[in-house]
Amino acid sequence: MADYQNIFTQVQIRGPVYPGVPLGAGNEPRVGKGGFVYWLGALGDAQIGPIYLGWLGLISLVCGFVAFEIIGLNMWASVGWDPVEFVRQLPWLALEAPSPEHGIGIPPLNEGGWWLIAGFFLTASIILWWVRTYRRAVQLGMGTHVAWAFGAAIWLYLVLGFIRPLLMGSWSEAVPFGIFPHLDWTAAFSLRYGNLFYNPFHMLSIVFLYGSTLLFAMHAATILAVSRFGGEREIEQIVDRGTASERAGLFWRWTMGFNASMESIHRWAWWFAVLCTLTGGIGILLTGTAVDNWYLWAVKHGLAPTYPEVYTPAVDPAATGGQ
Amino acid sequence: MSFKDKRNPVSGRWARTTGLITMLILPLGLAACNDPVDVPPLDSQQIGYRGTGMEQVSNPGLDALLVKLNEVPPPIYDPVPADGPMATEIYQNIQVLGDLTADQFDRLMAHITEWVAPPEQGCNYCHNPENLADDSVYTKVVARSMISMTRQINSDWGDHVVQTGVTCYSCHRGAPVPANIWFAAPPPTTKMVGWDGGQNHPVEAINYSSLPVDPFSAYLLNDEAIRIAAPKALPGAHDAPIQQTEKTYALMIHMSQSLGVNCTFCHNSRSFGDWTQSPPQRTPAWHGIRMTRMINQDHLKPLTDVFPENRLGPLGDVAKVNCSTCHQGVNKPLLGAPMLRDHPELWGTADFSQKASGTAALTFEQP
Repeated sequence: MADYQNIFTQVQIRGPVYPGVPLGAGNEPRVGKGGFVYWLGALGDAQIGPIYLGWLGLISLVCGFVAFEIIGLNMWASVGWDPVEFVRQLPWLALEAPSPEHGIGIPPLNEGGWWLIAGFFLTASIILWWVRTYRRAVQLGMGTHVAWAFGAAIWLYLVLGFIRPLLMGSWSEAVPFGIFPHLDWTAAFSLRYGNLFYNPFHMLSIVFLYGSTLLFAMHAATILAVSRFGGEREIEQIVDRGTASERAGLFWRWTMGFNASMESIHRWAWWFAVLCTLTGGIGILLTGTAVDNWYLWAVKHGLAPTYPEVYTPAVDPAATGGQ
Repeated sequence: MSFKDKRNPVSGRWARTTGLITMLILPLGLAACNDPVDVPPLDSQQIGYRGTGMEQVSNPGLDALLVKLNEVPPPIYDPVPADGPMATEIYQNIQVLGDLTADQFDRLMAHITEWVAPPEQGCNYCHNPENLADDSVYTKVVARSMISMTRQINSDWGDHVVQTGVTCYSCHRGAPVPANIWFAAPPPTTKMVGWDGGQNHPVEAINYSSLPVDPFSAYLLNDEAIRIAAPKALPGAHDAPIQQTEKTYALMIHMSQSLGVNCTFCHNSRSFGDWTQSPPQRTPAWHGIRMTRMINQDHLKPLTDVFPENRLGPLGDVAKVNCSTCHQGVNKPLLGAPMLRDHPELWGTADFSQKASGTAALTFEQP
């Protein structure tokens, strides 16, 4: 019992290193021989490597490194190349998107040009990595579910940094590369476009985000709870339902009248995760292009309630002739 | 202890795990408490309709400190009756205090010395001891402009300073240069790389956010448009870019920080731009922004050539005021103490004798 009350895996299987299935024509050799790491075993499989890098992986990593360097060096330059200030201010630093006056033109290198270049390389890196996840899945004879789920995240990334700025006619609408700056950007974005919480697609995205965590917790807890009956062999139990599966199903039928199956719970989880960024991307795409103020839009469509007045509201001095 | 040994006592595993978790979480907990403003217990007061998040958060643990920091020095001399010879009859080179009697004039000079001048210098901080009428000491020229400013604020800006008004002490607090002033931010030094768009460096004036470090030049010196939220549901009416929004956001964070209040002190967070749902404090705040512009444009900027170089900013600009110069962390400066009541020399054309409000304002006041 206690084994499953720990966040770390309690059982580590150690055998010879398993290199994986033989690869067909057109594949690169795998890199490394593989080995075992205890702490990796505490979190997942103890075996690390061999890794399949391939040309896609290699170019993706190189592009990612180029983007990382452009962003990092610009951040460092923004504190006058002071190494201490670079470390101290790191969470605040950013590579900023071009100013509004440049539109979707090519700005000077040091007024957003570096941002465009970094964005190009980061996007190249991400898309190459996507192709890699697709290709590796096909080579292993798997479905391509992982690639499409990753694609849903890439959709949101592309909407934020590429598609929406294009539609708005300005790179300045895009997100800066930086830790706190991208968060402040998010808040400013909501302020500018009249409160994103009134954006129905933002609402949906939150539903799927929180729903994902709920499903994740329910599923993981269920499987851990029946693992004493072999419940962690979920995939076998999809076709050969054993006592673990029966008990897990019974538990949820008793508590909420309905249960997912060993297979369908994974479809629920996949769709909730994918729809989070899919709907989120739609919400961002509509902001500023189709709707300029989500609060007023929600009032217009009866979505935003009117609350009783508790205090005497402020008077706008500008509306009564103030400057 | 071997990790492969399944017979390890459970308590040993728990100790290892909880130890690791504690090591990870403890620094986060400590980091959260390094600002005294955030040290619990905090208090929150509902100010709007239930469930809408309209509330003010305060820290009762800071009340004693705020009271201490905002103590008002009692007048050194009682107010003097307006009789006797005028100051202009006794002294020379009287330019802005010509309406005072000599006794009133002397009384004000004594208080200004108390409020502003370094004790070791006293009168000589502004005056040439050989000839008190002499304008050769730059601080005297500055002081003259500041007296005229104080009187203008009290005369014309009742929409912001209401029945409380301001004195020199409101900002100076015993120091020759007020603690909270600002200069225009210098542009980045690098040419080819490292452009930061004027933001992303933590400074106290914008509460260590990554927003633009100098929203003041645009909004508190010049009168760029602060309003950024779209006024209509559909596009076409408005084109404020995100960058301008961030600058406005920086100014608002500065106001929130300077007054020690939440956004909801002046705004309904469901729609920040909507006046018809905003708490009434937004109106005096609006006037405060205009008053600050007036101070910076009409009273401080003209002093640029008067100040010596070491008092100017990196771009050679004069020290300027923002909300924190006077407010210093409380929504009513000096906790709303009616200090000006005792100093009629600074009233200007307004009357602060009986109307002055004496209520301390540590907490949100329901209108």
